[in-house]
Amino acid sequence: MHIVCSLPPYAATPRRPSVRWRYLLWLALLLLTACGQDQSGLTVTGSTSVAPFAEHLAEMYQRAHVGTAINIQSLGSGAGIQAAIDGVAEIGMSSRQLKPEEAAKLDELVIARDALAVIVHPDNPVSQLSLAQVQDIFSGKIRTWKAFGGPDEPINLVIREAGSGTFSAFDELVMKGKQVTTSALRQGSNGAIRQVVAEDPNAIGYISLGIVDSSVKPLTIDNVAPSVAHVEAGSYKFVRPFLFIWQKNHTFSPLAEQYVKFVMSDEGQQELQKLGLVKGAASR
Amino acid sequence: MKERGIGVLLLATALGALIALGLITYFIFQAGVPLIAKVGLWQFLSGTEWNPTAKVPKFGILPMIVGSLWLTFGSLLIGVPLGLAVAVFMVELAPPRLAVLMRPAIQLLAGIPSVIYGFIGLTLLAPLIRATLGGPGLSVLTGAIILGFMILPTIIAISEDAMRAVPLAIREGAVALGSSHWQVIIGVILPAARSGIIAGVILGMGRALGETMAVIMMIGNSLNIPVSPLQPATTLTSNIGLEMAYAGGDHRQALFGTGVVLFIFIMILNALATTFVRRPATSRRSA
Repeated sequence: MHIVCSLPPYAATPRRPSVRWRYLLWLALLLLTACGQDQSGLTVTGSTSVAPFAEHLAEMYQRAHVGTAINIQSLGSGAGIQAAIDGVAEIGMSSRQLKPEEAAKLDELVIARDALAVIVHPDNPVSQLSLAQVQDIFSGKIRTWKAFGGPDEPINLVIREAGSGTFSAFDELVMKGKQVTTSALRQGSNGAIRQVVAEDPNAIGYISLGIVDSSVKPLTIDNVAPSVAHVEAGSYKFVRPFLFIWQKNHTFSPLAEQYVKFVMSDEGQQELQKLGLVKGAASR
Repeated sequence: MKERGIGVLLLATALGALIALGLITYFIFQAGVPLIAKVGLWQFLSGTEWNPTAKVPKFGILPMIVGSLWLTFGSLLIGVPLGLAVAVFMVELAPPRLAVLMRPAIQLLAGIPSVIYGFIGLTLLAPLIRATLGGPGLSVLTGAIILGFMILPTIIAISEDAMRAVPLAIREGAVALGSSHWQVIIGVILPAARSGIIAGVILGMGRALGETMAVIMMIGNSLNIPVSPLQPATTLTSNIGLEMAYAGGDHRQALFGTGVVLFIFIMILNALATTFVRRPATSRRSA
């Protein structure tokens, strides 16, 4: 009995000695030189919370000054601070106060302030809480909505991850040292938190007041609703600075100077307020 | 002359891959090991608290290890039976024309970017699970189901190859003894293709363990140790992916340390897979 095994079909392919590897080399060279081309523009890098606003203003500026290249990178406050210290980016963005060791190496400019809003699903009957209640919810002490007159459903927490400016701001301003429970969902951006809360009737989270929209409901805390007016009056307490930072004693490139001037101009500041931020004047 | 030039070029390319691997290994260990040493290996692996930016930082990655195990084995639970069934169908039962259609379709499944899988999990499966089974929806179960589908192509392709490679003599012997087709599949083909199938499962496992983007989107990334599949969790990869952009100092090193642990996990899996692939399809003295 003669048996033939079924072999995979790659056993016999004809060999072709004339491979055009030279063309490949040329292609590689071409790619290498293409990488060498550098746009001499301005790089602004850092907080994912500040980036959308910086981007918006950069677009306005570039529309008015055709041919300028401002590159906004949204990498997080930690990365922005590090990049500014190392000089990798001319301007860094942070959405939290600098730590003393960072402040020793950097100059800072408060471009605006932003309030943190605690948000729930629009269908949630709860619309106000006290600060202590918010702390109890996020630390995991209270686990169902029943305690606040809501349905007997578990509370699903949505927070940011460690290292983000929003995370440290919430930790500092709201939790005041109390630990957030480990069962909280973590999302990589304010937008992602808003999306999760908008889809889950039992969720609660926190995001920038600037990006609150009708898909979620911001909660009144200690009888003060989160609003630009209340932040300016000083009655809404959960406010953090949006910072531009750069190396101490750094001389700006012309583009950087123009851009920062534009951000701080009346036009730039009004635009930021239109987007939901608050003037940075009363900063520490 | 030309042949020689090509030979040198190929050698350089091959060495380049090796050097890249060496550099990656060196870099990960060099960046991650100092912090593991500082925290203590056991403390790092068995610590249940991860709070890298606190005043007294905590670097325990046990929740992520457990999360990775949950998700990996969960996805195998879904992917392996399904994948094996498809492979058996394609080799043994499908009319040739259908098999010809199915193969590219399955390859296409492998070509879908993982972020698309994640998006489907996030927008379709998570709300469904929240509505029907409760919990936050973003959970181990959601991740495991989608990941189970993501590892299907690997498992199907490799077990299909293994089953096709089973010598005809064995099959004919079984038929000659009066076995039904079903008995041949269960009693002869599957056991004979065992090592290839196991290799496929291990490679699928590696894919599940290493998947990052889709996992971040689907499993909620909470830092608890999950005790039910309806709870959210974090895996080794998703935590690196989520936090790396923001990390500096010890926090960054701890993420590289997580990478070291992951690296060792994957190395062990790959070593297992290679030993199973090398073993011949039938290890007994047959024919």
